[in-house]
Amino acid sequence: MTLMAIAFYLMSAVTCISGLLVVTARNPVHSVLYLILAFFSAAGLFVLIGAEFLAMLLIVVYVGAVAVLFLFVVMMLDVDFSKLRQGFANYLAPGAVIALVLMGELILIALAISQRGAASGKMPMASRPDATNIQTIGFELYTTYAFVFEAAGFVLLVAMIGAIVLTLRHRTYVKRQDIFKQVTRRRKDAVAVVPAKSGEGIQE
Amino acid sequence: MEANFWAGPVGWTIITVLQALAVIMGVMVSLAFLLWGDRKVWAGVQMRKGPNVVGPFGLFQSFADFFKFVFKEVIIPAGADKAVFLLAPLLTFVLAFAAWAVIPFAPGWVVSNINVGVLYLLGISSLGVYGIIMGGWASNSKYPFLGGLRSAAQMVSYEVSIGFILVTVILLTGSMNLSDIVNNQKAGIWNWNFLGGSLTSVNGLIPLVVMFPMMVMFFISALAETNRPPFDLPEAESELVAGYQVEYSSTPYLLFMIGEYANIVLMCAMITILFFGGWYLPFPIDGLGMPDWLLSLVYLLTFIGKVVLWFIMFALVKAIVPRYRYDQLMRLGWKVFLPVSLLAVVIIAAYRVYGGVL
Repeated sequence: MTLMAIAFYLMSAVTCISGLLVVTARNPVHSVLYLILAFFSAAGLFVLIGAEFLAMLLIVVYVGAVAVLFLFVVMMLDVDFSKLRQGFANYLAPGAVIALVLMGELILIALAISQRGAASGKMPMASRPDATNIQTIGFELYTTYAFVFEAAGFVLLVAMIGAIVLTLRHRTYVKRQDIFKQVTRRRKDAVAVVPAKSGEGIQE
Repeated sequence: MEANFWAGPVGWTIITVLQALAVIMGVMVSLAFLLWGDRKVWAGVQMRKGPNVVGPFGLFQSFADFFKFVFKEVIIPAGADKAVFLLAPLLTFVLAFAAWAVIPFAPGWVVSNINVGVLYLLGISSLGVYGIIMGGWASNSKYPFLGGLRSAAQMVSYEVSIGFILVTVILLTGSMNLSDIVNNQKAGIWNWNFLGGSLTSVNGLIPLVVMFPMMVMFFISALAETNRPPFDLPEAESELVAGYQVEYSSTPYLLFMIGEYANIVLMCAMITILFFGGWYLPFPIDGLGMPDWLLSLVYLLTFIGKVVLWFIMFALVKAIVPRYRYDQLMRLGWKVFLPVSLLAVVIIAAYRVYGGVL
């Protein structure tokens, strides 16, 4: 248990500090890197409560794919971030109020759960006693929450198709490589042996 | 107290650290010789001799190179982001070795036998892209930046098809634990996953038709994922000089290179575990009455032999196949591998559900 406690405090401290640094870092690329660190240590916290599948998904999906795109965009953008920051002091007070309210709510909820359990009266479990975390999540997703799961899939599919439709343009003037056409091309399609008379050349 | 020490937190930490050190040292030392082997194969194809001066047959060439790199001066470009610039190679290096934690070398010979081993490998290899992209950006120069961007796009693309190929193996096995995946392939070559894993009946022909191409695709995707030729566009020396590594010298460059080769060997180990029967020989040897230690040793040597075999394949591809163009690379990843592997997932899933009925 001591190891667990050490790991918990270490990773939650890293998560909180890097979360703070995301907001305060001067360089936007550094912000994204701190964000990745926060994701990563949050995945560590998931492992600690036994939700290993969620932890790995967090790393594969958010750190491995989404954050890479963030980093791409931030690196490519040519924005003067010092100009963006000029109004920082003006927004500080309302921002602090919102943050305090959010923190108060979180603390209230955490206290309520630790004293009385969640609304259903049960503490959330990482897995059933007779199955691993992956099996439990799979079972729950495809039985209890099958409809919601499929609906979420459809929403994502629609979003994907929408993005493709919005960006797809058929430009006729672009030359494209058609590998099937290249490979299936035969000699007689391209080369013809023509007898040429000397001094006259070939008549087209 | 005495008996419980190794089960307590301190003892556990000591044991795990020692195991991790053993794995890291083993991989590092074998990397030195694999690097030499890589250059020898490359030279052999081009009818050169390759490294043959340092030590017998040039075997200690890698160690000489190591000392050369370490004793050089670390040059950091004036405009570079110093912290990120030095963090990038470290990240590549650490992640390449972190992935080895879940690789089982022989029955029970694994540092961390976790249930989500396959996902862990996928996660760690998807993190590997940060080393390259950070290195490219922090150098504050055009060529490294372009190389880093290219590399990131390439690795993210091929990760998708690798993920789907992994799903076929997971479906076939019913587990994400790497040891379970290997154990599912015991008793002989006809049970190995690249032959479909169940060739003992006629129904086994269906996964055979699917899984063999999956192994080939995994191999090609592994080449792209590790930025090896013919997909070494990030460092294409004719256009980008050396890609994200242009500004790196001495030890940081060495860390990049070791990380890259550790990743390549890791991919070889992954193919071995996922498709090639892991530590099992092509025929059962359980009945021979060998003592346990000998059996473990035979399994370990089998595993190493298979990894070396796949590494030779990597080296041969590097020597033989010409480089792809970038749009061809993207076409192969998104338009060929992604649909084919998706189809394979559907077929294998259907086989798992209806395979007994057919």
